[in-house]
Amino acid sequence: MNAEDQKRLLREMIFYRRFEDRTFEAYMERKIGGFLHLYSGQEAVATGVLEMARTGHDYVITGYRDHVHAIKTGAPPREVMAELYGKQTGSSRGRGGSMHIFDPTVHFMGGYALVGQPFPLAAGLALACKHKGSDQIAICFLGDGANNQGTFHETMNMASVWKLPVLFVCENNLYAIGTRIERSTAVTDQYKRVCGYNIPSSQHDGQNIETVMEAAKNAIDHVRGGNGPYFIEFMTYRHRGHSMSDAKGYRNKEEEEQWLKRDPIVLYTEKLRKAGVLSDKDIKAMEKAIDDEIENEIIKFAEESPEPRVEDLTKYVLDDNPDPRWIGPLQK
Amino acid sequence: MAEIAYWEAIRRAHDEELANDPMVIVMGEDIGVAGGTYKATLGLYDKYGESRIIDTPISENSYTGVGIGASMAGMRPIIEIMSINFALLALDTLINAAAKIRYMSGGRVQCPIVMRTPGGTAHQLAAQHSARLARMFMSTSGLRVVTPRGPLDACGMLKSAVRCNDPVIIIEHERMYNLKEEVPDEEYFRPLEGAEVVREGSDITLIGYNYSVHLCLEAAKRLEKDGISAEVVDLRALKPLDRETIRRSVEKTHRFLVAEEDEAPVGVGAEIMAVVTEDCFYALDAQPARVHAADVPVPYNHTLEKAAIPDADDVYQSALKVMGKI
Repeated sequence: MNAEDQKRLLREMIFYRRFEDRTFEAYMERKIGGFLHLYSGQEAVATGVLEMARTGHDYVITGYRDHVHAIKTGAPPREVMAELYGKQTGSSRGRGGSMHIFDPTVHFMGGYALVGQPFPLAAGLALACKHKGSDQIAICFLGDGANNQGTFHETMNMASVWKLPVLFVCENNLYAIGTRIERSTAVTDQYKRVCGYNIPSSQHDGQNIETVMEAAKNAIDHVRGGNGPYFIEFMTYRHRGHSMSDAKGYRNKEEEEQWLKRDPIVLYTEKLRKAGVLSDKDIKAMEKAIDDEIENEIIKFAEESPEPRVEDLTKYVLDDNPDPRWIGPLQK
Repeated sequence: MAEIAYWEAIRRAHDEELANDPMVIVMGEDIGVAGGTYKATLGLYDKYGESRIIDTPISENSYTGVGIGASMAGMRPIIEIMSINFALLALDTLINAAAKIRYMSGGRVQCPIVMRTPGGTAHQLAAQHSARLARMFMSTSGLRVVTPRGPLDACGMLKSAVRCNDPVIIIEHERMYNLKEEVPDEEYFRPLEGAEVVREGSDITLIGYNYSVHLCLEAAKRLEKDGISAEVVDLRALKPLDRETIRRSVEKTHRFLVAEEDEAPVGVGAEIMAVVTEDCFYALDAQPARVHAADVPVPYNHTLEKAAIPDADDVYQSALKVMGKI
């Protein structure tokens, strides 16, 4: 990889971290409501995998920790922020909020709050790709906790039987909400669990972005090559609690400190600094530019955008312009 | 015009829509090689192949989810669930996903799926094959729910459902699959909205949906012999509900009952009662009635099953009561 791409990827990860930090502040100021699940600590996974995908062409779907996946797929960050603010200019017109970011213009098909629900939806997106004879694939990001849902097993089975072009990315952050993996899961290595469905799989370090990219490339090549699904597991760790209401009482300090040392941004910054790609001064300038962008463009847009109109409350429930040939009225 | 059975009408709608649009696919248990439990997809596997007529594993929630995901990318899946009881397994993908995705994406993503399923009691299939869950889907925002009473609607409404951009739940009935009716030879569509007066009358309105329309029609014939003129309204669509047709009929006859195979508490009948109370309370000359199933899991024993489920005589007796004759 060339130095420009390396710098860009580091900048992207720092941007995602600052973006999430800023949503935390807005949440504390009560400008963002509901539940807010932050991605900080896991940035190398979404960034690395989607760097290797054809974003805007392939379909991407995930759970409720979805801001970064949406942005890396191509959703404009200011629309994602406006969604968190509940504004009409938001990705989902203020109807979805943090957990339900959608941007079909770049094939980001949503964040979902039902753990494990995106598995079959992803397989369906892949079925459509295959049916159309397209070289598109579907990429489904979910956590280790989702693998204890029935949808995991049902979908792995169908994806394998029908050889669907779907990549399942398991972000194993060791906790299903607040329950540690070995307390909830008989087989803690998640990649081993799909062998019962004849799906090839592998496990990798999710904190080193270049490792993620290399592994993702192989997996994506496999899927795009018409060989059916692939399941890829990345070991990672979230810095913050499950959501804003979570004080992380179930984790111990030593474990957190160990993982903080392996923070993906810290690791990559060190690597690029050592390689002479970036100086401390460059990093400072980068951070400053990111903060300015977030404040002056993204937050400003979200703050100044209009609220949805109350008279539009029942819009979007059903097709707002249905064809009378199918709908009626019934000829009496 | 030719007379065809209900199952043949469904099969015809599938065939025409599959031929019309390559994005139409059919998914379900035993619908392909086996031809469908109620023959609704008979012969289509041979005609359209395994990529469009998809035999699924017994994984209702996830294969419904696969259909939903495919619909989000432009496909038009028709999903068969063998019995409405099994649809309970698919409620997560149907209610938490299909019904909500358009709304929670701000209208940017749609899920044009059709889910077909028989919902009702057949003969001694016992509690886990006899559920009637119309009321549950009827109370879910973001869905359309229709109940074709015969072959004409079964074919015409399924075709409309495939072309409509919303998720549509079609509730059929095991006891209707062999019911016959004349349908046009040329292609036709029947709308997904609107109740229908299927028999004109002036003394009392009998409101039904799905199989109970036939109970109402039979009861109306007996009432005629007693000199009572009964109007029969088929709701056809439970969601959205056609309140206007209900109001017009009740304002004409001033008396009504609502008949359904569902249990009563919080049933479709309760909603119709509320609608009449809100829309035309002062038009009523008599206390209305609900005819419904007993509030029990459906028993296996023939006699007990018969006692649990309303029949035409129950509708007839109830109508006499509303008329003040007993």
